[in-house]
Amino acid sequence: MTEGSLITDKLRALIGVPWESVVFKVEEGAIQRYARAIGDPNPLFNDAHYVRGTKHGRLLAPPGFAGWPVHEARTKEKLFETLIKAGGPPRILDAGVELEFLEAVGAGDVLTATLRIAGITERETRLGATMFTTAETMYVNERGEVALKSRSTLMQF
Amino acid sequence: MAKQIYYEDVEAGAEITPLAKIATSLMLVQWAGASGDFNPLHYEDDFARAMGVGAPIVQGALKRAWLGQLMTDWIGEEGRLKKLSCQYRGMDYPRKMKTMEEPHDGETWWCRGKVIRKYQEGNEHLVECEIWVENGKGDRTTPGSALVALPSRGAP
Repeated sequence: MTEGSLITDKLRALIGVPWESVVFKVEEGAIQRYARAIGDPNPLFNDAHYVRGTKHGRLLAPPGFAGWPVHEARTKEKLFETLIKAGGPPRILDAGVELEFLEAVGAGDVLTATLRIAGITERETRLGATMFTTAETMYVNERGEVALKSRSTLMQF
Repeated sequence: MAKQIYYEDVEAGAEITPLAKIATSLMLVQWAGASGDFNPLHYEDDFARAMGVGAPIVQGALKRAWLGQLMTDWIGEEGRLKKLSCQYRGMDYPRKMKTMEEPHDGETWWCRGKVIRKYQEGNEHLVECEIWVENGKGDRTTPGSALVALPSRGAP
């Protein structure tokens, strides 16, 4: 740990280590509740009868539905706790996310999510000395295809 | 839904059909329930103050979901969203509810975007877009980008 750095040795040791995978099923009712909460009337996310007549054959998950927060609220909480326990600053905000959609995700799919902390950096922001953690999660479907990749950034100050 | 848009219909600089959203305290609670993110930052005044943001703020992932809708509405059923990213730069504060159904007067948020470039890769017709959520003052609190594949009139 360099002088004045927020990044402790314990934090550094977390980088690159894959977490235990989380397996979850994409549920039709959960998709519908999510679409309603956003105010998105798209029939592909709402109308189970309609989608059966399309090439998709099942309700599709709206972008961002699979993964955090719907399926991984606990993983994110654990990530927050882990970063704070390892000596990171106590206040955490979500700074942004990049999602890459490789395969369609829909009702009935079973995804296996594996997270790893890809990197930790720090710089001065208007909130003071701020630490940025990038967490990458890979989602593999039941056919063994990588369906989704996410890269999210947390800021701590 | 709007009629299908094709690769040939868009050019760099074209505007993505904007989407209006009104964040309310009710929507934030509904979102918490649907998303499973029960962080008190989004409904608890004292907690939000202690976190240094003044008052409960709109969930970043909700704004991300709005931007997702902006794109899936625009690309239609034959389009495919390949990438979506956004940064939570500015705090947004929801309108409070006046009645069970009606919020107080206040801000309306707009999800907007424009086409940066279009190109073909293999047999895909790709369109890269700049997207953002802007608040009632016109500030972009949530800038981002998206990459979509659109159907082409020239290809099956």
